[in-house]
Amino acid sequence: MPDLGLEVLLKGKNLARILAGLGVALRISLISLAVSIPAGILVGILMTRRNVVIKAVTRCYLEIVRIMPQMVLLFLVYFGTTRVFGWNLSGELSAVIVFSFWGAAEMGDLVRGAVTSIPAHQYESAAALGLTGIQTYRYIILPQTVRRLIPLSINLITRMIKTTSLVLMIGVVEILKVAQQIIEANRMSSPNAAFGVYLTVFLLYFAACWPISMLAGYLEKRWR
Amino acid sequence: MNWDFIMKYLPLYQRAAILTVKIGIAGIFFAILIGLLCMAVQNLKIPVLRQVVRVYIEISRNTPLLIQLFFIYYGLPKIGIRTNATVCGIAGIAFLGGSYMTEAFRSGMEAVEAVQLESAYSLGLTRWQTLQYVVFPQALSICMPAFMANVIFLLKETSVFSAISLMDLMFTAKDLIGLYYQTTESLFLLVVFYLLILLPVSLAGSLLERRLRYAGFGT
Amino acid sequence: MSDVVLKIEHLVKRFDDQTVLKDISLTVREGEVIVVVGPSGCGKSTLLRCINALEEIQGGKILLNGSSVSRESRNLSEIRQKIGMVFQSYELFPHLNVLDNIILAPTKVQKRSREEAKVEALALLSRVGLLEKANSFPRQLSGGQKQRVAIVRALCMHPEIMLFDEVTAALDPEMVREVLDVILGLAGQGKTMIIVTHEMQFARAVADRVIFLDEGVIKEEGEPDQFFDHPKTERAKEFLRTFTFERKHTHS
Repeated sequence: MPDLGLEVLLKGKNLARILAGLGVALRISLISLAVSIPAGILVGILMTRRNVVIKAVTRCYLEIVRIMPQMVLLFLVYFGTTRVFGWNLSGELSAVIVFSFWGAAEMGDLVRGAVTSIPAHQYESAAALGLTGIQTYRYIILPQTVRRLIPLSINLITRMIKTTSLVLMIGVVEILKVAQQIIEANRMSSPNAAFGVYLTVFLLYFAACWPISMLAGYLEKRWR
Repeated sequence: MNWDFIMKYLPLYQRAAILTVKIGIAGIFFAILIGLLCMAVQNLKIPVLRQVVRVYIEISRNTPLLIQLFFIYYGLPKIGIRTNATVCGIAGIAFLGGSYMTEAFRSGMEAVEAVQLESAYSLGLTRWQTLQYVVFPQALSICMPAFMANVIFLLKETSVFSAISLMDLMFTAKDLIGLYYQTTESLFLLVVFYLLILLPVSLAGSLLERRLRYAGFGT
Repeated sequence: MSDVVLKIEHLVKRFDDQTVLKDISLTVREGEVIVVVGPSGCGKSTLLRCINALEEIQGGKILLNGSSVSRESRNLSEIRQKIGMVFQSYELFPHLNVLDNIILAPTKVQKRSREEAKVEALALLSRVGLLEKANSFPRQLSGGQKQRVAIVRALCMHPEIMLFDEVTAALDPEMVREVLDVILGLAGQGKTMIIVTHEMQFARAVADRVIFLDEGVIKEEGEPDQFFDHPKTERAKEFLRTFTFERKHTHS
């Protein structure tokens, strides 16, 4: 049995530190989600408006997010704001800003897709039954939209969690940074720590995302 | 904006961009191969292999590329699997992209209705002829939007390569910011080069999508 | 009497634990037009699908010109070439234009030359009044036009027997006629056909023999006039009654 460098994890508080690092990553994702889901719903509803200006603005917003890697956006906010506005944003705050900006666009696109996928005659037959505009939304449109939307937005959660791994690159001490520190500190005593520790990080991310993906898949199948 | 600085470091960015694109394209190429292979395994319902593919897809889709790269680049050498940064970058994109491509291809194949196949069989076409002349052409155009979205997604994901010390665009930008504090210029070049890479792909994607929609197959 | 084209002996078809066809036997001779009628879910479509080996069968035999039709047949493609089938939902190939839809199988399966297949395809298209649509794509055609193309596509393979599976069920009423006229024309030319339909007047006009299928068995069979005017079984009478209407007066 080759030395897999797993023993490092059992030393001192290493495992607890790694889990705390995961906690940081999850905290960033949760805060970003808490911002981007309501903001995304708003963006999505705006996108279905016929107003040309609103359409152009939301379209631009969506395209920027679609084309620019989140890494680039992170750099722009983290390094750029210091330079241009003289703000000194912490890495964590920069991350929350970028991921919310990104998440709101993604969520907005999902909402737009779900709303426009409801065929026009659903509105018409509701109107034909004498339902008012608000009743139509309350009883006909929203229930259908929400069903389409929920699995997709749950998927957005896993994407958000995966994306938080990027904050390492702007110096936030999260799970990957902690892993690096542990490996570095035990360089002499366990030279193979990189394998065991990174494998653990890998599995922890999987453990965080997989159940959520499964739930999304299950709901998608059930509500099809 | 310091244009002298920009002109001076333009070639550096250029080199970095070419590296990014090269590794990206190679990775996407292998991702397509993996995707086709996995789709075939799923479609033919090959026992055992099918479960392996299932597990691979779940792992690949539920872990971040950055962690995958760290594991391949820093972890695997400890158990004797050594790669250089370039190979690692390609492997990472292929590992991540393979599952996304599988899903895109699979949804394309599934969108071709069973009765289309039956109608081909009833004309005497063999299984392979049916795939070749009836299923593939339809599946291809159906999966095109998802395919292009994957290409853009994977090219964007290449932005984490600097973590395994590949001298890509992010690496170059961070380096220059650290060395000279020319933050605005460095970031400007970074954005410009990513636009140069991704805007054409994105435009080509929308163009293709529109053409396919107009040539749409609606019955 | 003319030669037997298709012979079905004691056919049994089950889906899981549900028996859809129980012991069906049927002989079709050359030039004969058989119309199969019956309530929905009686197994009409399944019968046609079995004849074309699109379904596995659990018992009995299907013989086309004496050779067995089954999913295990090694020459399945050859057998299917001799059986033309037209589906309710047309199933033209959406990525090919009308002409390519028609000549795909003749050129790829029968290895006929493109030119020769094209000449025949165009001739058939003009016979169904669709010559000018040869280069159109399926999405540009109406349902009735699509169905006529689907018939031509099957005919171009020179099948020995044609199967029609409720080919007008998905059509708007004004398009039903154009499709049925094509089938009537084929009957006039002496094509051997099995037709599943809900169009009773058409059935009466086109059929040499009517088969009444109910609960997976042939409940009644006979000449059209006799079947439609004097059905023998109670089930057939009941079924035919669903096609006539009476206004009921309720007194309160």
